[in-house]
Amino acid sequence: MGQLDDYRLMARIRRFEERLTALKDAGEIPGSIHLCNGQEAIPVGACRALRDGDHVTATYRGHGWAIARGVDLAGLFAEMMGRDSALCGGRAASPYLSDPGRWFVGENSIVGAGVPIATGAALTAQRTGSGAVSVVSIGDGAMNQGNVHEALNLAAVLDLPLVLVVENNVYSEMSRISDMVRVKQLAERAAGYGLPARVVDGNDPDAVAEAVTEAVDRAREGSGPSIVEAMTERLVGHYSGDVQHYRPAGEIAAARQREPLARIRQAADADLTARLDAIDAEVAAEIETAVTAARAVPHPDPATAEEHVYV
Amino acid sequence: MSESLRYIQAVNAALTWALDSRTDTIYFGEDVALPGGPFGATKGLHKRFGSERIFDTPVSETGFLGMALGAAMTGLRPIAEIMYADFSFVAMDQIVNQIATIHYSSAGRWKAPLVIRMQQGYSPGACAQHSHSPEAYFAHTPGLRVALPATPDDAYQMLRTAVVSDDPVVVAEARMLYPTRGPVRTDAPVEPVGGARVVRPGTDVTVVAWSRMVSAALDAAGTLAEEGIDVEVVDLRWLNPLDFDTVAASVARTGRLVVAHEANLTGGFGAEIAARAATECFTDLRAPIARVAAPDVPMPAAPALQAVVVPEAATVADAVRRTVRA
Ligand SMILES: Cc1ncc(C[n+]2csc(CCOP(=O)(O)OP(=O)(O)O)c2C)c(N)n1
Ligand SMILES: [Mg+2]
Repeated sequence: MGQLDDYRLMARIRRFEERLTALKDAGEIPGSIHLCNGQEAIPVGACRALRDGDHVTATYRGHGWAIARGVDLAGLFAEMMGRDSALCGGRAASPYLSDPGRWFVGENSIVGAGVPIATGAALTAQRTGSGAVSVVSIGDGAMNQGNVHEALNLAAVLDLPLVLVVENNVYSEMSRISDMVRVKQLAERAAGYGLPARVVDGNDPDAVAEAVTEAVDRAREGSGPSIVEAMTERLVGHYSGDVQHYRPAGEIAAARQREPLARIRQAADADLTARLDAIDAEVAAEIETAVTAARAVPHPDPATAEEHVYV
Repeated sequence: MSESLRYIQAVNAALTWALDSRTDTIYFGEDVALPGGPFGATKGLHKRFGSERIFDTPVSETGFLGMALGAAMTGLRPIAEIMYADFSFVAMDQIVNQIATIHYSSAGRWKAPLVIRMQQGYSPGACAQHSHSPEAYFAHTPGLRVALPATPDDAYQMLRTAVVSDDPVVVAEARMLYPTRGPVRTDAPVEPVGGARVVRPGTDVTVVAWSRMVSAALDAAGTLAEEGIDVEVVDLRWLNPLDFDTVAASVARTGRLVVAHEANLTGGFGAEIAARAATECFTDLRAPIARVAAPDVPMPAAPALQAVVVPEAATVADAVRRTVRA
């Protein structure tokens, strides 16, 4: 995969989130949405290290992971619109969707809870000898959850093929991570589990891909879990209605200069810029097609509200 | 074929059956492999099946119940042991928010075929944190099956049913029943989930009970028979799926209902049975429904205090007498 492929995938995620915001503003998305604008390089870089059969677990801020894993765009829009989508039939919406068909164990709207579950996917891989790995993404704030601590130690002692990607966007909701922990980098915690860890520039898909590939290779050969801490910034609020009064003046403007898509454009010559423009136009058309398809999906039949509680 | 086994031996036999006959099963929990389990439920299993199939976990209930879910979603059939039911509370997120919801929230696309095995209830001297009977919390949660075996045979049959179920099942055994002995049909076919059972027919009053309170109800029925009161005892066995038809049919015969559990009174599953009976058995009832339960106090440790908190056969007998005379 080259830079243009990365750009296309990151642009697809960005455009998806921007279109979703517009749909939310237009009243087409009933629930809360948590966007990953600015963090696209992390799922895109990480998923470059993966193959079919590798499981991915994410958080409510997981649209980028779903898209990077190849989950159907129209299905994602339809699910978030509360329609009878082929993903989760309107039962999950934006923060808890999943897709077994794309090995997407799914998002989770309980902070940290995906890490024990991803550990289980790694256990299956280990016990069945499938050679698969399990990658799980959490935020910086989730590192203070007991479930993450328990799962990391468990995965460590069992030598499970687990890769934890911490997307450090320096905020958990509205609180700065520096006010919540006494370590400078969350990766320092890895020593407490006897695990290797790396800190990478999370706005550079190559840097993320390189670190995650190393961790994935290690996991595949049976050498156990690793942690990758990817430093990044949110370009938007924690959730759709967040006015971000808690962010210092100029912080978001500065972040806009450092975000992954802007970076590629800053370094581009006229020829590359023209190609990026063409990709943007194709991505925009693709997203529009997905929105149109999603709008055609019916709302779930109320008579089915009690279906699927049990097998 | 039927063997005479203690309750705990029946659990061991069911787990042996599971690991032996289903290669997708895997067993884990605290002190379960090398030590053979704090109560001996997994004795000999590690020797026979090895660390690939049964292993010890760190003291991390949230971690390993979440791991059970992820493993179940991706192809294994885990059986996770919670040493004391009280410890399930530290893992409630995984049980209630995760295990119970994933099948529904994915419109049936993920399955979570796992078993959470635990033991519950008081024992002499056990403090409030080792005596809970939390079945109502689980029965309140859509998506979970809830099994409470009251006999060695059911300890064997219901655990096997739980293992083959494609839904997550909480199997809550009663520690006080572990030494009890009874016939176990070790060659019986695996039963489907659910099903209450009339374990003693009677004509005057129905006592619905589960877990340890079934034997208390049977003891009470024996005493009351000498007083001329003919008690029908229903072992509810499964709180989910709930076989209310068996309860309703019994109440239609007797016209009176007493519900007995060891859990605290308020919001206990007895309240659910009483509410359903009030709705569905209204015209059959000839007396107010009575509930036997621990009063609303945390379990005290001292036997002198437990004696007035823990419901026993005499508590059931008193409630039956009041109901019959009402
Ligand atoms: C157990 C739990 N506690 C609190 C919340 C509310 N909440 C949602 S997101 C969030 C912040 C998490 O921050 P972080 O882990 O850094 O992830 P980010 O949102 O930055 O991606 C909180 C507190 C929750 N969803 N779950
Ligand atoms: Mg954060």
